[in-house]
Amino acid sequence: MATTAFQKIYTKVTQITKATCSLKATGVGYDELATVDGKLAQVVKIVGDDVTLQVFEGTEGIPTNAEIVFLGKAPTLKVSEQLAGRFFNAFGQPIDGGTEIEGTEIEIGGPSVNPVRRKQPSELIATGIAGIDLNNTLVSGQKIPFFADPDQPYNQVMANVALRAQTDKIILGGMGMTNDDYLYFKNIFSNAGALDRIVCFMNTTENPPVERLLVPDMALTAAEYFAVQNNEKVLVLLTDMTSYADALAIVSNRMDQIPSKDSMPGSIYSDLAKIYEKAVQFPSGGSITIIAVTTLSGGDITHAVPDNTGYITEGQLFLRRDSDIGKVIIDPFRSLSRLKQLVIGKKTRRDHPQVMNAAVRLYADAANAKTKMENGFDLTNYDERALAFAKDYSNRLLAIDVNLNTTEMLDVAWELFAKYFRPEEVNIKKDLTDEFWKNQPQ
Amino acid sequence: MATKGTVNGIIANMVTLVVDGAVAQNEICYISLGNDRLMAEVIKVVGKNVYVQVFESTRGLKVGAQAEFTGHMLEVTLGPGMLSRNYDGLQNDLDKMDGVFLKRGQYTFPLNKEAKWHFVPLVQAGDRVQAAAWLGQVDENFQPLKIMVPFGWQGVYTVKSVVAEGDYTIYDPIAVLTDAQGNDHPVDMVQKWPVKKAMLNYKEKPRPFKLLETGVRVIDTLNPIVEGGTGFIPGPFGTGKTVLQHAISKQAEADIVIIAACGERANEVVEIFTEFPELVDPHTGRQLMERTIIIANTSNMPVAAREASVYTAMTIAEYYRAMGLKILLMADSTSRWAQALREMSNRMEELPGPDAFPMDLSAIISNFYGRAGYVQLHNGSTGSITFIGTVSPAGGNLKEPVTENTKKVARCFYALEQERADKKRYPAVNPIDSYSKYIEYPEFEKYIAGVINDEWIGKVNELKTRLQRGKEIAEQINILGDDGVPVDYHVIFWKSELIDFVILQQDAFDDIDAVTPLKRQEESVNLIIDICHTEFRFDHFNEVMDYFKTMINLCKQMNYAAYESEEYRDCQQQVRALVAERAANV
Repeated sequence: MATTAFQKIYTKVTQITKATCSLKATGVGYDELATVDGKLAQVVKIVGDDVTLQVFEGTEGIPTNAEIVFLGKAPTLKVSEQLAGRFFNAFGQPIDGGTEIEGTEIEIGGPSVNPVRRKQPSELIATGIAGIDLNNTLVSGQKIPFFADPDQPYNQVMANVALRAQTDKIILGGMGMTNDDYLYFKNIFSNAGALDRIVCFMNTTENPPVERLLVPDMALTAAEYFAVQNNEKVLVLLTDMTSYADALAIVSNRMDQIPSKDSMPGSIYSDLAKIYEKAVQFPSGGSITIIAVTTLSGGDITHAVPDNTGYITEGQLFLRRDSDIGKVIIDPFRSLSRLKQLVIGKKTRRDHPQVMNAAVRLYADAANAKTKMENGFDLTNYDERALAFAKDYSNRLLAIDVNLNTTEMLDVAWELFAKYFRPEEVNIKKDLTDEFWKNQPQ
Repeated sequence: MATKGTVNGIIANMVTLVVDGAVAQNEICYISLGNDRLMAEVIKVVGKNVYVQVFESTRGLKVGAQAEFTGHMLEVTLGPGMLSRNYDGLQNDLDKMDGVFLKRGQYTFPLNKEAKWHFVPLVQAGDRVQAAAWLGQVDENFQPLKIMVPFGWQGVYTVKSVVAEGDYTIYDPIAVLTDAQGNDHPVDMVQKWPVKKAMLNYKEKPRPFKLLETGVRVIDTLNPIVEGGTGFIPGPFGTGKTVLQHAISKQAEADIVIIAACGERANEVVEIFTEFPELVDPHTGRQLMERTIIIANTSNMPVAAREASVYTAMTIAEYYRAMGLKILLMADSTSRWAQALREMSNRMEELPGPDAFPMDLSAIISNFYGRAGYVQLHNGSTGSITFIGTVSPAGGNLKEPVTENTKKVARCFYALEQERADKKRYPAVNPIDSYSKYIEYPEFEKYIAGVINDEWIGKVNELKTRLQRGKEIAEQINILGDDGVPVDYHVIFWKSELIDFVILQQDAFDDIDAVTPLKRQEESVNLIIDICHTEFRFDHFNEVMDYFKTMINLCKQMNYAAYESEEYRDCQQQVRALVAERAANV
């Protein structure tokens, strides 16, 4: 970012906080980029000739006579086919040792899609994981996060989902990711031979936190390029959105804004929605699907970040360690895919909706029986059968190491129903039981 | 001479202008940014400094940019041609916009200037009329719409002339009215109204009492909403707020349904766009989209317009109510609207109220709900706006400002519960906490006695009592164990489960079960009450569960069967046979 001859250079900083600095300047546009002694910054507040800049790398070492140059544009990304297979930092600069990208320079965080121009999502994304495909089916154009504690293997599940899903591009936006996890993604993608369809924007824990505010918009701008220009199916992975929200809170705090719940800025809902709503099915065939991670603190989903996320996204996936089988499962109670109704029983076999609900209901009965058992009460014969069913169901369908197609999943469910229950206990429409009830092999 | 302003400060979508003349609170102005004109609304004035909220992104806006004031508040344009349209929060026609992406500063006209409407006069020269009087009628999508004297006109006018029946565009004059001073005023089919002002051109607003049928059993049977009533649906995410709202808007017996998608997911709006044109109004047999208007301010659209969107929707509803129509207005979600207020309040550095919401949140909510209602018009006809809002309580905690303030004003409360949703007991309306105040109105009691019979309210109350009792027993069983309570308790518990499974739970995705006409609801209630009144003989609690599970299964098959079909009758008979098998008193 060399300065050109016509740019005015300011050298008088009037105020410095940990994340922002202010100066007197005129002719500055809102959201405009600037450099402060070479560090990138963005205009966040203008009052008369007082301009406040948010310095992405932090303000460490910025002197009051720092050189400030306004760049006359909002943050941009150069987009072209060359993005594929490359790794970038939060500013869109290569970090893989490769050359700079040549392409059209477009502003990130662009306009929203007109809702009447969207198409209703209708294509199933198969992952082979029954906890997802059977109970919480994903659809292209959907946005859904994993709600997980930091110690859970969400990145592994996400990488698996990304590689198994039939997509043209996978865009990884890393925010506050540990370097180890970053290398994990890099390795697993290159081992799978998928590097040519990956684009990665990475802010690791080693980079300044405020920088990561750019990552989702960078990733989604690249996604829009591939989905709109090439009509490709793009899967965007954002991990971890809680780190993103933390960065928002830092900036809003430095700007003396009144915090709302959990010290988050009052605009947290709109801030997150602007990102997630970029998930879309375009009428021309391209789509953007977002799978994100929201880390929880001690499983608390009432915290402002998961709470607001839940209201924005089309469902959420919970991971839980099932001590009965010693594996991590996709929790069928708390997980939800809101768009599954658009595909289940339509793109999958017609018994899918009823089988899915019946199995979860029976699993809930097992959970009740377990509570009874833990409280020292006698179990009924039904309770015992429900518990046995739950163990099989967990092991053969809910565990994250399952890899089946949906028809196989449904067959397994019917097999388990017949093994432990009578048709009237399973409560499924009669014409379906007539067709699919498996006579248990003697 | 219009007042002009110059931009002097920018923080996100709040801009300060220095003005050269008079401005009004809530006045609209346009700020120039390159070739775009950004619409903004005055929210605070301090001397020459005017704070405006911009309904668009302010990216690239600079100090010194010029603004021009319009002299009026945010208005909607009312006239024929609004049905089945998709508007944004400022009533721009979304279908008329170019391109896939929304462009900043693009405003489109909400009506059609070329289309001709077949006008039938309802007045003659010499008739005396006042604001909101019906001058004539045009049909839109088979709805008889009235052309009215503009709502803002004061005093009494004499009709000087009115055009003959025929086809006219919205801007063709259709009548000339003479005021008391003898001045002539031409009238066409279009009028404007500021969205933040309630339209009060009616004679009186009596207590509402007529059931508004929704086909949702847990509402119609247990917690009925009435024409002109207000209700709200709070619930944590994932408890089925939107599904319930869509079910109501699809099935409710209203003339016009207005859906304000306020800060919610765009894909949910797309669902309405996609499905409603394919669906049939169960009451008229016509396309559902024909009676629907959508106001879409999805969560990624500008925040300030989100606040406007609910007012836009309410004003359009008031326009139709003045024609003597039944309007159902749904707003999903009013919490997003409150959050938009919070964001602005925060940027203006106002002292915050609870949870950083503005201090006057309570007044804003109650004023808004107050605009709904059942009214008697000056010409003796009646019209109504039934308003149902959803609330998205932070963390699912109902003790937060938006829920609490809404509870004070809305008369029906449909509490969605996480626990029921987790058990897939949909709709997850908590049967104990939810209520409808209308069921206590003597007017309603009298009305429902005429529609069903005078035993109805008694039966509904019995169902509620039984559900409550069932819950208490479930808790006892949890503490004492299955064999720690008498077998009778198990029977009472399972009778309440029967009510839960057969009446409360309803499959919104099943073509038949999704809509239950009132007649069918009455039959179900009678059947279930009969079963509840039957004494059963059981020796062991295990038998109770098995027996009732079979019963529930049969009743559910009945719910899935087409009303009065052979299968339906067959299920009913099987249920009765099963009852007879175990009944102690036969």
